[in-house]
Amino acid sequence: MDVLETTFVRNGLVVAFAVVGITVWLSYLISNRLTAGRIHGSAIAITLGLVAAYFGGLVTGGNTGVADITLLAGVGVMGGGMFRDFAIVATAFGVHLSELKKAGLAGVVSIFAGVVVSFVVGAVVALLFGYTDPVAITTIGAGAVTYIVGPVTGAAIGASSELIALSVAAGLVKSILVMIGTPMVARHIGLDNPQSAMVFGGLMGTTSGVAGGLAATDPKLVPYGAMTATFYTGVGCLLGPSVLFLSVNAIF
Amino acid sequence: MIIYGVALLSACLVVGMLVGEYLGVLIGVEANVGGVGIAMLLLVVACNTDRFKSLFEGLSGEGIKFWSAMYIPIVVAMAARQNVVAAVDGGLLALVAGVAAVVVSFALVPVLSRIGSPPEPVEPPDGGAP
Repeated sequence: MDVLETTFVRNGLVVAFAVVGITVWLSYLISNRLTAGRIHGSAIAITLGLVAAYFGGLVTGGNTGVADITLLAGVGVMGGGMFRDFAIVATAFGVHLSELKKAGLAGVVSIFAGVVVSFVVGAVVALLFGYTDPVAITTIGAGAVTYIVGPVTGAAIGASSELIALSVAAGLVKSILVMIGTPMVARHIGLDNPQSAMVFGGLMGTTSGVAGGLAATDPKLVPYGAMTATFYTGVGCLLGPSVLFLSVNAIF
Repeated sequence: MIIYGVALLSACLVVGMLVGEYLGVLIGVEANVGGVGIAMLLLVVACNTDRFKSLFEGLSGEGIKFWSAMYIPIVVAMAARQNVVAAVDGGLLALVAGVAAVVVSFALVPVLSRIGSPPEPVEPPDGGAP
C-alpha cells in the first residue's frame, strides 16, 4: 500500500491523465451504448467528474472533490486554473479572422447577446433563490453562460468553491440540454442554414453542447455553429469578471 | 517543432494574463479582466500573421492542436475537483438557471437570424461544392 501510494503521489499528474482518459473512454461507451450517442460523451464525462467530486468530498470532507483523495491529487493539478486556461486559449486555434468576418454582424451580435442574456437569466434566477451578494449573483449568472465562464469569472472575483461548483452545475445543465434539445427544436427556430447556425452557436455558446446538438441536427451546420461558439467562452471570460460584474456590483 | 506551437500558445496566455492583470489594476477591480479572452484574440491574430507562420504551421501547429483537444479532458478534471457536496444544496438553482438560459436563448435564435443579409442555403444543391 505504501509503495502504491508513493508511486501515485510522485506521479500525480500522470495518474490524472490516465484516470481522466479512462473516465472519458467509459463515458463514450455509455454515450454510444446507452444513449445511442444522443448525449455527448463529453457531457457524460463531465457529469461523472462531478459525481466523483461529490463522493470525493463526502469521503474526505475536503473542498476540492476528488483532488483531496491522496491517490488522485493530480486531478487537482490537471483541472486547476493553469491547465484550464491554457486549453481554453488553444481552442481558439484554427479560427481565421476572415471566418470571423464571414460570420457577419448577426454572428457578432449573437455572441454578445447570448452572453448577456444567459448571464441576466442566471442572475435573475440567483436573485429569486435569495442571493443578494454581487459576487454570488455574478458567478451564478456566469455559470448560466457556460461552465467555463462560471469558474473563470468566479475565480477572478473571489467566489467560494461552493459557488463555483454551482455555476459549473448550471453550465452543465445548459450544455446537456442544448445537446438533447437542439434536434427537437431545430425546425421551430429555423435552424437549417449557416446564418442561423452561426447565430445559434453565438447564443448558446457551450462548445460541446453546440457541437453535439448541431451534429445530431445536421452535421453540415457544425462548423458554422462551432465558429461562433468558439468565441462565446472568450467573450464571456472577457465580460464576466469585468463589465458584467461591475454592472451587478453597481446595482446591488 | 512542436515546442514552437506550444511556446506561441504559452506566450499568448502569459501576455493575455498580464494585460488582464494590468487592466484589473487600471479599472480598480481585484480581478484579472479578460486575460483568457485577450489571450485567445492574440492567438487568433498571431495565427493570421504570416510572420509567425513557422510557429503554427505543420508540426508546430500540432503543439497547439494537442492542447485544444485536451480541453474537454481538462474540463472533466476541473469538474472532478469542484466542491460538489456543498453545491448539492443549490441543486434546484443550478437546474432552473441552466434550463431558463437555454429556453430564452433558443427563443432568440429566429430573432437574431434576421439581422443582416437574408439566410442562404446550407450549400449549393447536392454536392455542388468542389
